[in-house]
Amino acid sequence: MESGALIAPVLRARRNRKDRIGDPLLRGLSGLAAAVAVAAILGIAYEVIDVASPAISKFGIGFVTTNDWNPVTGRFGAAPFLYGTVVTSGIALLLAAPLSIAISIYLTELAPRRLRRPVATLVDMLAAIPTVILGLWGILVLGPFMRDTVEPALKSVLGFLPIFSGDPSAFGYLTAALILTIMITPIITSVTREVFETVPPELKEGYYALGATRWEMVRRVVLPYSRAGIVGASILGLGRAIGEAIAVAQVIGGAYAIHTSLFHTGGTLAAQIAAQFAGATSQLQKASLAYLGLILLVFAVIVNVIARVIVRRGRLPEAEFTPTEVEAL
Amino acid sequence: MSAATDHSLFAHGSGLRRRRRVNRAVELSSTVAALLAVAVLLIVVGSVLLKGLGALSLHFLTTPTALFGETGGGISNAIIGTAIIVAIAAAIAIPIGLLVAIYTTEFAPPRIAHPVRFVLDVLNGVPTIVTGIFVYGLIVVPQGNQSGYAASVALAIVMLPIVARTAQEVLELVPLTLKEAANALGIAHWRTTVRVTIPTAAGGLLTGALLAVARVAGETAPLLLLCSIFAPGNLTDPSQGLASIPIFIFQASESPSPTAHTEAWAAALILIAFVLLLNVVARVFYARSRQRMEG
Repeated sequence: MESGALIAPVLRARRNRKDRIGDPLLRGLSGLAAAVAVAAILGIAYEVIDVASPAISKFGIGFVTTNDWNPVTGRFGAAPFLYGTVVTSGIALLLAAPLSIAISIYLTELAPRRLRRPVATLVDMLAAIPTVILGLWGILVLGPFMRDTVEPALKSVLGFLPIFSGDPSAFGYLTAALILTIMITPIITSVTREVFETVPPELKEGYYALGATRWEMVRRVVLPYSRAGIVGASILGLGRAIGEAIAVAQVIGGAYAIHTSLFHTGGTLAAQIAAQFAGATSQLQKASLAYLGLILLVFAVIVNVIARVIVRRGRLPEAEFTPTEVEAL
Repeated sequence: MSAATDHSLFAHGSGLRRRRRVNRAVELSSTVAALLAVAVLLIVVGSVLLKGLGALSLHFLTTPTALFGETGGGISNAIIGTAIIVAIAAAIAIPIGLLVAIYTTEFAPPRIAHPVRFVLDVLNGVPTIVTGIFVYGLIVVPQGNQSGYAASVALAIVMLPIVARTAQEVLELVPLTLKEAANALGIAHWRTTVRVTIPTAAGGLLTGALLAVARVAGETAPLLLLCSIFAPGNLTDPSQGLASIPIFIFQASESPSPTAHTEAWAAALILIAFVLLLNVVARVFYARSRQRMEG
């Protein structure tokens, strides 16, 4: 007590002028930066609505269901691209989610210890590849392979289904969906792997002690324990797939109508903006593309909010920072 | 009762062979899935190496893009353009991102810090093409032309949540004892932050910044809207359109000409080498900084 009374004046004297302004200055500056971040998201919403406003006032909400995109007649609608977005992202999610779970099982339960880190790093590196390069690879390598090998095979086995009918082609919904699968699998894997690693070893050992096989342990311990994380990670991946513009624009072929066959060319919201925005011939076309962007923004925000809420409510621990998670963020 | 059920469930004897078969099948398919992911990486990188290496030459790296209709150009202007655009974006996003992280970890009460984090996560989920439309309305429309600055602002918005979120995670790893020691010496909060917290976390902060740069170096969508029209003569002026590697790859990939495709592969090789190198360096820094903070 006595010494405290002695020290206090010494400290006060040491607090020079720099310190008196230093604290509020850093607090103010950093608070301002946080405000900028918050303003950015509001600014994005405002500006996209502003650019889209001519199309919003002309077409109204009917834009969403109009199955037409014709720069010549000036009639624009989002339906073909909404369809394309749902189909390509949906297929990508259906393929990527089980793949990611399987890879995570391998990385946490099966792989020899000295292989785990290197393999996990390689999977992460897949997420680091710029999407424009994936698209280039899609045009020149995957596309021809799809047209000559995969799609004819699918057609000969499952051709009675309308989605696998029609002529195989290098560009279309299916090729785009596969590129998206390659894109989001490492993103989903990085989160599910982290979640699998948090499963308490006692629970696992308990199940093994009961005589369970590895798969029975995974099915009854790891998967239920990680359910929220898996769902959240998958939705995050879905968000990425929905928003990807470049790689999809490169391989989907750019058609403006709904086609049942997955081999057919099509379009997605993001890809359509990428393909036409810079070269739009009329103000209305540009506004309509921004309207597509607005729909995309609404989609993306909803998907992301849901994913974050699920991941946070789940058992995912307060995420520890790793380079892996940056890709998943 | 339930113990008895569990016991019979995993008992040796009936169905053991079938259970082992199912287990084998799952183990095998998990291994195949992991192999598949690694194989896809190797195939993509291998394609780029195989097809890009042949076209790569000093001439290609040091010559500007050929004028329309001519061949034999290079990507020197695209390399310079990407360097300028990304450098300006980093100069905007890294300080702001770091400040946001300082605010949420050092100053803001939880009821403000949590919403800010949430906003950063949502911002990170905004498709980059939508960010492009935003900057188009914000800068390109009033200015009347595309520009390197517009591209930089868009890339900065893409970088900001990555830098801020990773910085937050790292700053939270700084041992509380260090900060308390500084406090006990009567050192002002801002001095503690600048002289103790940030230097301790420096390695991790650098990791986040490098990864953010790696992420936007190949970002193409916003550039397509903001910086895809450029004069061949403009090498360094960001107030006008600038060439960039991603746009070069995109445009060459859309061309039907095999020569253009070869050039696209070569440019892709440069980009992929840069991005993967940054990722590896970032990981090394991260591992070191972690050891330092925990050891």
